[in-house]
Amino acid sequence: MKNCLKICLPVLIAVFAVNIGYSQDEITITHEITVLGNTRPIPVSLDGFSGEAASVLKFDLYVQGFAFVTPDAAQYQINGSASGDVSGSLTDKLAKKVILSKSYTGTNLRRQAHAFANDIVFAITGKKGIGQTKIAFKAQQADGTGEIYVSDFDGHDALAVTHDNAIVSKPSWVPGRLALYYNSYKLENPDIFYSDLSTGQRRVFASSSDSNFSPAASPDGSKVAMILSKDGRPDVYVANADGSNLKRLTTGIEDSSPCWSPDGQWICFATKISGRRLLAKVPADGGAVQVIHTAGAPNPTEPDCSPDGKWIAFTRQAGEFDICVMPADGSAPPTVLAEGEAPSWSPNSRTLVFNHSVHYLQTLSVLDVFTKQVKDVARVSGSDSEPAWAK
Amino acid sequence: MKTKLIYSLAFALAVTLAATGCRHKPVNVTPLPQGMTPPLPTEPSAPTLPPGPTMNPGENPTGIPEASPEEINGMIPDRAALAAYTIHFAYDSAVIRDSEQSSLQSVASALAADPNAKLLVEGNCDERGTEEYNRSLGERRALAAREALAKLGVDPMRVFTRSYGKDKPADPGHDESAWQRNRRDDFVLLHPKPGS
Repeated sequence: MKNCLKICLPVLIAVFAVNIGYSQDEITITHEITVLGNTRPIPVSLDGFSGEAASVLKFDLYVQGFAFVTPDAAQYQINGSASGDVSGSLTDKLAKKVILSKSYTGTNLRRQAHAFANDIVFAITGKKGIGQTKIAFKAQQADGTGEIYVSDFDGHDALAVTHDNAIVSKPSWVPGRLALYYNSYKLENPDIFYSDLSTGQRRVFASSSDSNFSPAASPDGSKVAMILSKDGRPDVYVANADGSNLKRLTTGIEDSSPCWSPDGQWICFATKISGRRLLAKVPADGGAVQVIHTAGAPNPTEPDCSPDGKWIAFTRQAGEFDICVMPADGSAPPTVLAEGEAPSWSPNSRTLVFNHSVHYLQTLSVLDVFTKQVKDVARVSGSDSEPAWAK
Repeated sequence: MKTKLIYSLAFALAVTLAATGCRHKPVNVTPLPQGMTPPLPTEPSAPTLPPGPTMNPGENPTGIPEASPEEINGMIPDRAALAAYTIHFAYDSAVIRDSEQSSLQSVASALAADPNAKLLVEGNCDERGTEEYNRSLGERRALAAREALAKLGVDPMRVFTRSYGKDKPADPGHDESAWQRNRRDDFVLLHPKPGS
Protein backbone atom coordinates (compact mmCIF):
# COMPACT_ATOMS: atom_id res chain seq x y z
CA MET A 1 0.00 0.00 0.00
CA LYS A 2 2.85 2.41 0.78
CA ASN A 3 4.34 1.74 -2.62
CA CYS A 4 1.07 2.63 -4.23
CA LEU A 5 0.85 5.99 -2.50
CA LYS A 6 4.37 6.82 -3.63
CA ILE A 7 3.59 6.37 -7.29
CA CYS A 8 0.17 7.98 -7.26
CA LEU A 9 -0.41 11.61 -8.20
CA PRO A 10 -1.71 13.98 -5.51
CA VAL A 11 -5.15 13.95 -7.14
CA LEU A 12 -5.23 10.17 -7.06
CA ILE A 13 -4.03 10.15 -3.49
CA ALA A 14 -6.96 12.37 -2.62
CA VAL A 15 -9.40 10.02 -4.26
CA PHE A 16 -7.70 7.03 -2.74
CA ALA A 17 -7.60 8.56 0.73
CA VAL A 18 -11.30 9.20 0.68
CA ASN A 19 -11.98 5.69 -0.48
CA ILE A 20 -9.34 3.96 1.57
CA GLY A 21 -10.52 0.63 2.79
CA TYR A 22 -13.22 0.42 0.13
CA SER A 23 -13.26 -1.96 -2.74
CA GLN A 24 -12.06 -1.01 -6.21
CA ASP A 25 -15.60 -1.04 -7.51
CA GLU A 26 -16.48 1.93 -5.39
CA ILE A 27 -13.42 3.86 -6.52
CA THR A 28 -14.53 3.52 -10.14
CA ILE A 29 -17.65 5.48 -9.26
CA THR A 30 -15.59 8.59 -10.00
CA HIS A 31 -16.11 7.70 -13.69
CA GLU A 32 -19.84 7.96 -13.35
CA ILE A 33 -19.90 11.71 -12.82
CA THR A 34 -22.00 12.97 -15.66
CA VAL A 35 -22.16 16.71 -15.33
CA LEU A 36 -22.84 18.16 -18.76
CA GLY A 37 -19.78 19.93 -20.10
CA ASN A 38 -18.05 19.99 -16.73
CA THR A 39 -16.88 16.47 -15.99
CA ARG A 40 -13.12 16.03 -15.62
CA PRO A 41 -11.55 13.87 -18.29
CA ILE A 42 -9.97 10.60 -17.16
CA PRO A 43 -6.16 10.95 -17.32
CA VAL A 44 -4.47 8.24 -19.36
CA SER A 45 -1.00 7.77 -20.83
CA LEU A 46 -0.37 6.31 -24.26
CA ASP A 47 2.99 4.77 -25.08
CA GLY A 48 4.44 2.58 -27.77
CA PHE A 49 2.08 3.54 -30.58
CA SER A 50 2.93 5.71 -33.54
CA GLY A 51 1.46 6.78 -36.84
CA GLU A 52 -2.08 5.89 -37.77
CA ALA A 53 -2.76 3.61 -34.80
CA ALA A 54 -1.67 6.35 -32.39
CA SER A 55 -3.81 8.98 -34.11
CA VAL A 56 -6.87 6.70 -34.07
CA LEU A 57 -6.39 5.89 -30.37
CA LYS A 58 -5.88 9.56 -29.50
CA PHE A 59 -8.93 10.69 -31.45
CA ASP A 60 -11.22 7.93 -30.18
CA LEU A 61 -10.24 8.35 -26.54
CA TYR A 62 -10.18 12.15 -26.56
CA VAL A 63 -13.75 12.44 -27.84
CA GLN A 64 -14.86 9.88 -25.25
CA GLY A 65 -13.65 11.89 -22.28
CA PHE A 66 -10.02 10.86 -21.81
CA ALA A 67 -7.07 13.25 -21.45
CA PHE A 68 -3.48 12.33 -22.32
CA VAL A 69 -0.88 12.86 -19.62
CA THR A 70 2.52 11.43 -18.71
CA PRO A 71 2.60 7.87 -17.35
CA ASP A 72 3.31 9.26 -13.89
CA ALA A 73 0.20 11.39 -13.91
CA ALA A 74 -2.05 8.78 -15.52
CA GLN A 75 -4.87 6.95 -13.81
CA TYR A 76 -4.61 4.32 -16.54
CA GLN A 77 -1.55 3.48 -18.62
CA ILE A 78 -2.00 2.31 -22.18
CA ASN A 79 0.98 0.51 -23.65
CA GLY A 80 1.41 -1.41 -26.83
CA SER A 81 2.53 -1.29 -30.39
CA ALA A 82 1.23 -1.31 -33.92
CA SER A 83 4.14 -2.97 -35.66
CA GLY A 84 2.32 -5.40 -37.89
CA ASP A 85 -0.86 -5.65 -35.87
CA VAL A 86 -2.20 -3.62 -32.98
CA SER A 87 -1.48 -5.09 -29.59
CA GLY A 88 -1.70 -3.45 -26.24
CA SER A 89 -2.46 -3.46 -22.57
CA LEU A 90 -4.26 -1.23 -20.12
CA THR A 91 -2.99 -0.86 -16.58
CA ASP A 92 -5.16 0.49 -13.78
CA LYS A 93 -2.58 2.29 -11.64
CA LEU A 94 -4.86 2.61 -8.67
CA ALA A 95 -5.63 -1.10 -8.57
CA LYS A 96 -2.07 -1.83 -9.73
CA LYS A 97 -3.16 -4.37 -12.24
CA VAL A 98 -3.43 -4.94 -15.95
CA ILE A 99 -7.13 -4.85 -16.74
CA LEU A 100 -6.88 -5.39 -20.47
CA SER A 101 -4.34 -7.13 -22.66
CA LYS A 102 -5.18 -7.89 -26.24
CA SER A 103 -3.92 -8.32 -29.76
CA TYR A 104 -5.88 -7.75 -32.95
CA THR A 105 -5.59 -9.27 -36.38
CA GLY A 106 -7.30 -8.70 -39.70
CA THR A 107 -8.50 -5.74 -41.81
CA ASN A 108 -6.17 -2.80 -41.21
CA LEU A 109 -4.46 -0.83 -38.47
CA ARG A 110 -7.26 1.74 -38.26
CA ARG A 111 -9.89 -0.89 -37.51
CA GLN A 112 -7.61 -2.68 -35.07
CA ALA A 113 -6.92 0.61 -33.26
CA HIS A 114 -10.65 1.43 -33.15
CA ALA A 115 -11.29 -2.04 -31.68
CA PHE A 116 -8.57 -1.52 -29.06
CA ALA A 117 -9.98 1.92 -28.18
CA ASN A 118 -13.39 0.34 -27.74
CA ASP A 119 -11.96 -2.33 -25.44
CA ILE A 120 -10.19 0.37 -23.41
CA VAL A 121 -13.41 2.38 -23.04
CA PHE A 122 -15.31 -0.72 -21.99
CA ALA A 123 -12.63 -1.84 -19.52
CA ILE A 124 -12.62 1.57 -17.82
CA THR A 125 -16.23 2.71 -18.03
CA GLY A 126 -18.14 -0.53 -18.53
CA LYS A 127 -19.86 1.11 -21.50
CA LYS A 128 -19.62 0.29 -25.16
CA GLY A 129 -17.39 2.76 -27.00
CA ILE A 130 -18.02 4.49 -30.30
CA GLY A 131 -14.85 3.36 -32.08
CA GLN A 132 -16.63 1.01 -34.46
CA THR A 133 -19.72 3.08 -35.22
CA LYS A 134 -20.81 4.72 -38.47
CA ILE A 135 -22.31 8.04 -39.45
CA ALA A 136 -24.21 9.24 -42.52
CA PHE A 137 -24.17 12.85 -43.69
CA LYS A 138 -24.55 15.10 -46.70
CA ALA A 139 -21.56 16.46 -48.58
CA GLN A 140 -22.47 19.55 -50.58
CA GLN A 141 -20.61 21.27 -53.40
CA ALA A 142 -20.56 25.02 -54.10
CA ASP A 143 -23.46 24.75 -56.59
CA GLY A 144 -25.73 23.33 -53.88
CA THR A 145 -25.78 19.77 -55.19
CA GLY A 146 -24.28 16.98 -53.15
CA GLU A 147 -24.38 13.33 -52.19
CA ILE A 148 -25.27 11.30 -49.12
CA TYR A 149 -22.20 9.60 -47.61
CA VAL A 150 -21.58 6.93 -45.02
CA SER A 151 -18.30 6.77 -43.10
CA ASP A 152 -16.70 5.70 -39.86
CA PHE A 153 -17.70 8.04 -37.03
CA ASP A 154 -14.36 9.86 -37.47
CA GLY A 155 -15.02 10.61 -41.14
CA HIS A 156 -12.63 7.99 -42.48
CA ASP A 157 -13.48 5.31 -45.04
CA ALA A 158 -16.27 7.42 -46.53
CA LEU A 159 -18.46 5.94 -49.25
CA ALA A 160 -21.00 7.79 -51.36
CA VAL A 161 -24.48 6.30 -51.04
CA THR A 162 -25.86 8.44 -53.88
CA HIS A 163 -24.37 9.47 -57.21
CA ASP A 164 -27.07 11.86 -58.34
CA ASN A 165 -25.56 15.36 -58.50
CA ALA A 166 -28.71 16.58 -56.78
CA ILE A 167 -29.51 18.62 -53.70
CA VAL A 168 -29.75 16.17 -50.80
CA SER A 169 -30.39 16.49 -47.08
CA LYS A 170 -31.13 14.89 -43.75
CA PRO A 171 -30.05 11.25 -43.87
CA SER A 172 -31.71 9.12 -41.16
CA TRP A 173 -30.61 5.58 -40.32
CA VAL A 174 -33.07 2.79 -39.76
CA PRO A 175 -31.92 1.61 -36.31
CA GLY A 176 -30.27 -1.80 -36.41
CA ARG A 177 -30.11 -1.92 -40.19
CA LEU A 178 -27.82 -0.83 -42.99
CA ALA A 179 -30.52 1.38 -44.45
CA LEU A 180 -31.16 5.10 -44.75
CA TYR A 181 -33.97 7.51 -45.48
CA TYR A 182 -32.94 10.87 -46.91
CA ASN A 183 -34.25 13.80 -48.86
CA SER A 184 -33.19 14.24 -52.50
CA TYR A 185 -34.12 16.63 -55.30
CA LYS A 186 -33.02 14.05 -57.88
CA LEU A 187 -36.49 14.04 -59.43
CA GLU A 188 -36.61 17.87 -59.23
CA ASN A 189 -39.08 17.94 -56.35
CA PRO A 190 -37.79 17.33 -52.81
CA ASP A 191 -38.76 13.70 -52.24
CA ILE A 192 -37.90 11.22 -49.50
CA PHE A 193 -35.84 8.24 -50.66
CA TYR A 194 -35.04 4.96 -48.95
CA SER A 195 -31.76 3.16 -49.65
CA ASP A 196 -30.93 -0.34 -48.46
CA LEU A 197 -27.14 -0.22 -48.28
CA SER A 198 -26.73 -3.97 -48.06
CA THR A 199 -28.39 -4.54 -51.44
CA GLY A 200 -27.83 -1.15 -53.08
CA GLN A 201 -31.53 -0.98 -53.89
CA ARG A 202 -33.49 2.17 -53.28
CA ARG A 203 -36.97 3.52 -53.76
CA VAL A 204 -38.94 6.72 -53.42
CA PHE A 205 -40.70 6.76 -50.07
CA ALA A 206 -42.66 10.04 -50.23
CA SER A 207 -43.19 12.18 -53.33
CA SER A 208 -46.29 14.31 -53.05
CA SER A 209 -46.33 17.13 -55.61
CA ASP A 210 -45.32 19.72 -53.01
CA SER A 211 -42.38 19.29 -50.63
CA ASN A 212 -41.40 16.07 -48.80
CA PHE A 213 -38.40 16.22 -46.47
CA SER A 214 -36.80 15.68 -43.03
CA PRO A 215 -37.38 11.91 -42.68
CA ALA A 216 -36.76 10.16 -39.33
CA ALA A 217 -37.09 6.40 -38.91
CA SER A 218 -38.72 5.20 -35.69
CA PRO A 219 -36.56 3.30 -33.15
CA ASP A 220 -38.05 -0.05 -34.25
CA GLY A 221 -37.85 0.90 -37.92
CA SER A 222 -41.54 0.28 -38.48
CA LYS A 223 -42.51 3.92 -39.05
CA VAL A 224 -41.18 7.13 -40.55
CA ALA A 225 -41.83 10.67 -39.34
CA MET A 226 -41.35 13.45 -41.89
CA ILE A 227 -42.37 16.93 -43.03
CA LEU A 228 -44.94 17.12 -45.85
CA SER A 229 -46.62 20.29 -47.10
CA LYS A 230 -49.54 18.66 -48.86
CA ASP A 231 -52.08 20.37 -46.58
CA GLY A 232 -50.82 23.89 -47.14
CA ARG A 233 -48.28 23.98 -44.29
CA PRO A 234 -45.09 22.12 -43.54
CA ASP A 235 -46.53 19.65 -41.00
CA VAL A 236 -45.22 16.59 -39.19
CA TYR A 237 -46.56 13.33 -40.65
CA VAL A 238 -45.99 9.73 -39.76
CA ALA A 239 -46.41 6.66 -41.99
CA ASN A 240 -45.59 2.99 -41.84
CA ALA A 241 -42.30 1.95 -43.43
CA ASP A 242 -44.25 0.46 -46.35
CA GLY A 243 -45.85 3.87 -46.96
CA SER A 244 -49.25 2.88 -45.62
CA ASN A 245 -51.25 4.59 -42.88
CA LEU A 246 -50.05 8.14 -43.56
CA LYS A 247 -51.20 10.41 -40.77
CA ARG A 248 -50.75 14.13 -40.11
CA LEU A 249 -49.74 14.81 -36.50
CA THR A 250 -49.42 18.59 -36.39
CA THR A 251 -51.03 21.70 -37.79
CA GLY A 252 -48.38 24.19 -36.72
CA ILE A 253 -47.66 27.06 -39.05
CA GLU A 254 -44.04 26.01 -39.61
CA ASP A 255 -42.88 22.64 -38.25
CA SER A 256 -39.49 21.05 -38.94
CA SER A 257 -36.98 18.36 -37.94
CA PRO A 258 -39.06 15.56 -36.40
CA CYS A 259 -37.20 13.00 -34.26
CA TRP A 260 -38.36 10.04 -32.16
CA SER A 261 -38.18 9.42 -28.45
CA PRO A 262 -36.31 6.13 -27.89
CA ASP A 263 -39.50 4.39 -26.70
CA GLY A 264 -41.21 5.32 -29.98
CA GLN A 265 -44.06 6.99 -28.10
CA TRP A 266 -43.28 10.62 -28.96
CA ILE A 267 -42.12 12.67 -31.88
CA CYS A 268 -40.16 15.80 -30.98
CA PHE A 269 -39.93 18.60 -33.52
CA ALA A 270 -39.26 22.30 -33.96
CA THR A 271 -42.25 24.59 -34.38
CA LYS A 272 -43.22 28.24 -34.37
CA ILE A 273 -45.97 29.63 -32.16
CA SER A 274 -46.87 33.33 -32.23
CA GLY A 275 -43.68 34.07 -34.13
CA ARG A 276 -41.46 32.28 -31.59
CA ARG A 277 -39.42 29.21 -32.46
CA LEU A 278 -39.93 26.43 -29.92
CA LEU A 279 -39.39 22.73 -29.46
CA ALA A 280 -42.47 20.57 -29.00
CA LYS A 281 -43.55 16.96 -28.88
CA VAL A 282 -46.61 15.07 -30.03
CA PRO A 283 -47.70 11.46 -29.37
CA ALA A 284 -46.55 9.31 -32.30
CA ASP A 285 -50.08 8.00 -32.82
CA GLY A 286 -51.61 11.48 -32.63
CA GLY A 287 -52.72 13.80 -29.86
CA ALA A 288 -52.09 17.15 -28.26
CA VAL A 289 -48.87 19.01 -28.97
CA GLN A 290 -46.83 19.87 -25.85
CA VAL A 291 -44.19 22.60 -25.78
CA ILE A 292 -40.71 21.57 -24.57
CA HIS A 293 -39.32 24.55 -22.67
CA THR A 294 -35.73 25.49 -23.48
CA ALA A 295 -35.23 28.36 -21.06
CA GLY A 296 -32.26 30.49 -22.00
CA ALA A 297 -31.78 28.83 -25.37
CA PRO A 298 -33.53 31.00 -27.97
CA ASN A 299 -34.68 29.80 -31.39
CA PRO A 300 -34.28 26.07 -30.78
CA THR A 301 -34.41 23.73 -33.80
CA GLU A 302 -33.12 20.26 -34.78
CA PRO A 303 -33.94 18.26 -31.62
CA ASP A 304 -32.41 14.79 -31.21
CA CYS A 305 -33.36 12.47 -28.32
CA SER A 306 -30.58 10.37 -26.78
CA PRO A 307 -31.07 6.59 -27.14
CA ASP A 308 -31.09 6.17 -23.33
CA GLY A 309 -33.99 8.62 -23.11
CA LYS A 310 -32.19 10.97 -20.72
CA TRP A 311 -31.27 13.92 -22.95
CA ILE A 312 -32.44 16.11 -25.79
CA ALA A 313 -29.78 17.77 -27.92
CA PHE A 314 -30.75 20.66 -30.18
CA THR A 315 -29.43 23.73 -31.97
CA ARG A 316 -30.05 27.17 -30.55
CA GLN A 317 -29.61 30.31 -32.59
CA ALA A 318 -28.41 33.34 -30.67
CA GLY A 319 -26.50 35.05 -33.43
CA GLU A 320 -24.45 31.98 -34.28
CA PHE A 321 -25.59 28.37 -33.87
CA ASP A 322 -24.79 26.47 -30.69
CA ILE A 323 -25.20 22.84 -29.66
CA CYS A 324 -27.29 22.53 -26.48
CA VAL A 325 -28.23 19.54 -24.35
CA MET A 326 -30.96 19.39 -21.72
CA PRO A 327 -32.51 16.62 -19.64
CA ALA A 328 -35.44 15.10 -21.55
CA ASP A 329 -37.64 15.46 -18.46
CA GLY A 330 -36.98 19.21 -18.35
CA SER A 331 -35.51 18.95 -14.84
CA ALA A 332 -32.66 21.34 -15.69
CA PRO A 333 -32.19 24.12 -18.23
CA PRO A 334 -30.16 23.51 -21.40
CA THR A 335 -26.36 23.59 -21.30
CA VAL A 336 -24.55 25.23 -24.23
CA LEU A 337 -21.71 22.90 -25.21
CA ALA A 338 -20.17 24.03 -28.50
CA GLU A 339 -20.68 26.24 -31.52
CA GLY A 340 -22.41 24.24 -34.22
CA GLU A 341 -25.68 22.79 -35.47
CA ALA A 342 -27.50 19.56 -36.38
CA PRO A 343 -26.53 17.37 -33.38
CA SER A 344 -26.98 13.58 -33.53
CA TRP A 345 -26.43 11.24 -30.56
CA SER A 346 -24.04 8.31 -30.51
CA PRO A 347 -25.57 4.90 -29.74
CA ASN A 348 -24.19 5.07 -26.17
CA SER A 349 -25.83 8.48 -25.47
CA ARG A 350 -22.57 10.15 -24.47
CA THR A 351 -21.21 11.74 -27.63
CA LEU A 352 -22.68 14.00 -30.31
CA VAL A 353 -21.71 14.46 -33.93
CA PHE A 354 -22.67 17.82 -35.44
CA ASN A 355 -21.49 20.33 -38.04
CA HIS A 356 -20.04 23.79 -37.68
CA SER A 357 -18.88 26.47 -40.06
CA VAL A 358 -15.21 26.87 -40.94
CA HIS A 359 -14.74 29.64 -43.51
CA TYR A 360 -18.33 29.15 -44.69
CA LEU A 361 -17.86 25.43 -45.24
CA GLN A 362 -19.48 23.01 -42.83
CA THR A 363 -17.22 20.54 -41.05
CA LEU A 364 -18.31 17.57 -38.95
CA SER A 365 -17.20 17.48 -35.36
CA VAL A 366 -17.50 14.99 -32.49
CA LEU A 367 -18.26 16.20 -28.96
CA ASP A 368 -18.10 14.41 -25.61
CA VAL A 369 -21.04 16.05 -23.85
CA PHE A 370 -19.71 15.46 -20.32
CA THR A 371 -16.16 16.79 -20.71
CA LYS A 372 -16.93 19.11 -23.66
CA GLN A 373 -13.89 17.68 -25.44
CA VAL A 374 -14.47 18.20 -29.16
CA LYS A 375 -12.59 17.42 -32.37
CA ASP A 376 -13.29 17.88 -36.07
CA VAL A 377 -13.48 14.72 -38.13
CA ALA A 378 -11.74 14.28 -41.48
CA ARG A 379 -13.37 16.37 -44.21
CA VAL A 380 -14.91 14.20 -46.89
CA SER A 381 -16.01 16.50 -49.69
CA GLY A 382 -17.09 20.14 -49.95
CA SER A 383 -19.36 21.14 -47.11
CA ASP A 384 -20.21 18.22 -44.80
CA SER A 385 -23.35 18.55 -42.69
CA GLU A 386 -26.49 17.01 -41.17
CA PRO A 387 -24.73 13.98 -39.69
CA ALA A 388 -26.76 11.02 -38.43
CA TRP A 389 -25.13 8.52 -36.10
CA ALA A 390 -26.00 4.89 -36.87
CA LYS A 391 -27.74 3.23 -33.93
CA MET B 1 -0.04 -6.79 -3.90
CA LYS B 2 3.57 -6.69 -5.01
CA THR B 3 3.27 -10.20 -6.31
CA LYS B 4 0.15 -9.29 -8.21
CA LEU B 5 1.80 -6.31 -9.82
CA ILE B 6 4.78 -8.35 -10.91
CA TYR B 7 2.47 -11.00 -12.28
CA SER B 8 0.51 -8.35 -14.18
CA LEU B 9 3.59 -6.73 -15.63
CA ALA B 10 4.93 -10.10 -16.67
CA PHE B 11 1.64 -10.85 -18.36
CA ALA B 12 1.69 -7.51 -20.19
CA LEU B 13 5.28 -8.13 -21.25
CA ALA B 14 4.34 -11.55 -22.54
CA VAL B 15 1.55 -10.07 -24.66
CA THR B 16 3.82 -7.35 -25.98
CA LEU B 17 6.45 -9.91 -26.91
CA ALA B 18 3.81 -12.00 -28.59
CA ALA B 19 2.75 -9.03 -30.70
CA THR B 20 6.26 -8.03 -31.64
CA GLY B 21 7.54 -11.20 -33.14
CA CYS B 22 7.44 -13.93 -30.55
CA ARG B 23 6.53 -17.21 -32.21
CA HIS B 24 3.99 -18.19 -29.59
CA LYS B 25 0.43 -17.40 -30.45
CA PRO B 26 -0.85 -14.50 -28.30
CA VAL B 27 -3.32 -15.62 -25.70
CA ASN B 28 -5.93 -12.93 -26.23
CA VAL B 29 -6.25 -12.16 -29.92
CA THR B 30 -9.34 -10.54 -31.38
CA PRO B 31 -9.63 -11.25 -35.09
CA LEU B 32 -11.51 -8.46 -36.86
CA PRO B 33 -13.84 -9.18 -39.76
CA GLN B 34 -12.64 -8.30 -43.23
CA GLY B 35 -14.43 -5.60 -45.17
CA MET B 36 -16.46 -2.88 -43.58
CA THR B 37 -16.99 -3.23 -39.87
CA PRO B 38 -20.68 -3.46 -39.18
CA PRO B 39 -21.89 -0.09 -37.98
CA LEU B 40 -24.60 -1.57 -35.90
CA PRO B 41 -24.24 -3.66 -32.80
CA THR B 42 -27.05 -5.95 -33.84
CA GLU B 43 -25.54 -6.89 -37.20
CA PRO B 44 -24.69 -10.57 -36.95
CA SER B 45 -21.93 -10.45 -39.55
CA ALA B 46 -19.92 -7.82 -41.32
CA PRO B 47 -21.73 -6.80 -44.46
CA THR B 48 -19.80 -5.23 -47.26
CA LEU B 49 -21.17 -1.85 -48.16
CA PRO B 50 -21.60 -1.59 -51.91
CA PRO B 51 -20.23 1.53 -53.57
CA GLY B 52 -23.76 2.89 -53.80
CA PRO B 53 -26.69 2.29 -56.05
CA THR B 54 -26.17 3.13 -59.68
CA MET B 55 -29.10 4.32 -61.66
CA ASN B 56 -29.66 2.62 -64.97
CA PRO B 57 -32.05 4.73 -67.03
CA GLY B 58 -32.65 1.88 -69.46
CA GLU B 59 -33.69 -0.75 -66.96
CA ASN B 60 -34.55 1.40 -64.00
CA PRO B 61 -33.85 -1.48 -61.61
CA THR B 62 -34.57 0.50 -58.48
CA GLY B 63 -38.11 1.37 -59.43
CA ILE B 64 -37.44 5.10 -59.41
CA PRO B 65 -38.85 6.87 -62.43
CA GLU B 66 -36.37 8.96 -64.32
CA ALA B 67 -37.29 12.62 -64.51
CA SER B 68 -36.06 14.64 -67.41
CA PRO B 69 -34.40 17.82 -66.16
CA GLU B 70 -36.41 19.63 -68.83
CA GLU B 71 -39.65 18.64 -67.14
CA ILE B 72 -41.31 19.60 -63.88
CA ASN B 73 -44.34 17.61 -62.90
CA GLY B 74 -44.59 16.56 -66.55
CA MET B 75 -44.48 20.14 -67.83
CA ILE B 76 -41.89 22.38 -69.50
CA PRO B 77 -40.53 25.06 -67.18
CA ASP B 78 -40.02 28.62 -68.36
CA ARG B 79 -37.82 30.34 -65.81
CA ALA B 80 -37.46 33.59 -67.75
CA ALA B 81 -41.14 34.48 -68.15
CA LEU B 82 -41.73 35.50 -64.52
CA ALA B 83 -38.14 36.17 -63.42
CA ALA B 84 -38.88 39.88 -62.99
CA TYR B 85 -41.54 39.13 -60.37
CA THR B 86 -39.43 37.40 -57.74
CA ILE B 87 -40.66 38.51 -54.31
CA HIS B 88 -38.54 38.99 -51.18
CA PHE B 89 -39.15 38.49 -47.48
CA ALA B 90 -38.07 39.93 -44.15
CA TYR B 91 -35.67 37.90 -41.99
CA ASP B 92 -37.23 34.71 -40.61
CA SER B 93 -40.63 35.70 -42.04
CA ALA B 94 -43.02 34.15 -44.53
CA VAL B 95 -45.34 37.18 -44.53
CA ILE B 96 -45.80 38.72 -47.95
CA ARG B 97 -45.16 42.44 -47.76
CA ASP B 98 -47.50 44.98 -49.37
CA SER B 99 -44.67 46.10 -51.62
CA GLU B 100 -44.73 42.66 -53.31
CA GLN B 101 -48.42 42.78 -54.27
CA SER B 102 -47.76 44.23 -57.72
CA SER B 103 -45.38 41.36 -58.53
CA LEU B 104 -47.97 38.83 -57.39
CA GLN B 105 -50.61 40.61 -59.51
CA SER B 106 -48.31 40.28 -62.55
CA VAL B 107 -47.88 36.55 -61.88
CA ALA B 108 -51.65 36.17 -61.50
CA SER B 109 -52.19 38.03 -64.78
CA ALA B 110 -49.73 35.79 -66.62
CA LEU B 111 -51.61 32.72 -65.39
CA ALA B 112 -54.94 34.28 -66.35
CA ALA B 113 -53.62 34.96 -69.85
CA ASP B 114 -52.48 31.36 -70.31
CA PRO B 115 -55.13 28.99 -68.92
CA ASN B 116 -53.10 25.90 -69.84
CA ALA B 117 -50.05 27.02 -67.89
CA LYS B 118 -49.31 26.11 -64.31
CA LEU B 119 -46.97 27.68 -61.79
CA LEU B 120 -44.09 26.47 -59.65
CA VAL B 121 -43.24 28.65 -56.64
CA GLU B 122 -39.73 28.06 -55.28
CA GLY B 123 -39.22 29.24 -51.70
CA ASN B 124 -35.70 30.14 -50.58
CA CYS B 125 -33.96 31.37 -47.42
CA ASP B 126 -30.81 33.16 -46.40
CA GLU B 127 -28.11 31.18 -44.62
CA ARG B 128 -29.11 32.31 -41.13
CA GLY B 129 -31.14 29.34 -39.97
CA THR B 130 -30.50 25.63 -39.61
CA GLU B 131 -30.88 23.56 -42.76
CA GLU B 132 -34.12 21.72 -42.08
CA TYR B 133 -35.63 24.76 -40.34
CA ASN B 134 -34.93 26.74 -43.50
CA ARG B 135 -36.41 23.98 -45.64
CA SER B 136 -39.69 24.42 -43.76
CA LEU B 137 -39.40 28.23 -43.81
CA GLY B 138 -38.81 28.19 -47.58
CA GLU B 139 -41.82 25.95 -48.05
CA ARG B 140 -43.88 28.31 -45.94
CA ARG B 141 -42.76 31.22 -48.16
CA ALA B 142 -43.78 29.33 -51.29
CA LEU B 143 -47.13 28.39 -49.72
CA ALA B 144 -47.69 32.03 -48.68
CA ALA B 145 -47.41 33.04 -52.34
CA ARG B 146 -49.88 30.33 -53.33
CA GLU B 147 -52.34 31.62 -50.73
CA ALA B 148 -51.87 35.21 -51.94
CA LEU B 149 -52.32 34.17 -55.57
CA ALA B 150 -55.50 32.32 -54.64
CA LYS B 151 -56.84 35.58 -53.21
CA LEU B 152 -56.07 37.15 -56.59
CA GLY B 153 -58.23 34.52 -58.29
CA VAL B 154 -55.62 31.89 -59.22
CA ASP B 155 -56.83 28.31 -58.78
CA PRO B 156 -54.43 26.93 -56.12
CA MET B 157 -54.56 23.57 -57.90
CA ARG B 158 -52.48 25.20 -60.65
CA VAL B 159 -49.70 26.14 -58.23
CA PHE B 160 -46.94 23.74 -57.12
CA THR B 161 -44.64 24.69 -54.27
CA ARG B 162 -41.07 23.63 -53.59
CA SER B 163 -38.59 24.66 -50.90
CA TYR B 164 -34.86 24.84 -51.48
CA GLY B 165 -34.13 26.01 -47.94
CA LYS B 166 -30.71 27.67 -48.10
CA ASP B 167 -29.38 25.30 -50.76
CA LYS B 168 -29.99 27.57 -53.78
CA PRO B 169 -28.92 31.13 -52.90
CA ALA B 170 -29.31 33.79 -55.60
CA ASP B 171 -26.27 35.53 -54.14
CA PRO B 172 -23.40 33.48 -52.67
CA GLY B 173 -22.33 36.36 -50.40
CA HIS B 174 -22.45 36.36 -46.60
CA ASP B 175 -23.68 39.90 -45.91
CA GLU B 176 -26.98 41.67 -45.46
CA SER B 177 -27.41 42.51 -49.15
CA ALA B 178 -26.88 38.86 -50.13
CA TRP B 179 -29.26 37.69 -47.40
CA GLN B 180 -31.94 40.10 -48.65
CA ARG B 181 -31.63 38.77 -52.19
CA ASN B 182 -31.76 35.18 -50.99
CA ARG B 183 -34.96 35.43 -48.90
CA ARG B 184 -37.24 35.02 -51.89
CA ASP B 185 -39.88 33.21 -53.92
CA ASP B 186 -38.99 32.56 -57.56
CA PHE B 187 -41.88 31.98 -59.97
CA VAL B 188 -41.49 29.42 -62.75
CA LEU B 189 -44.14 29.20 -65.46
CA LEU B 190 -44.94 25.61 -66.49
CA HIS B 191 -46.18 24.93 -70.01
CA PRO B 192 -47.86 21.71 -71.11
CA LYS B 193 -45.68 19.44 -73.20
CA PRO B 194 -46.44 19.79 -76.90
CA GLY B 195 -49.04 17.26 -77.91
CA SER B 196 -50.17 16.56 -74.36
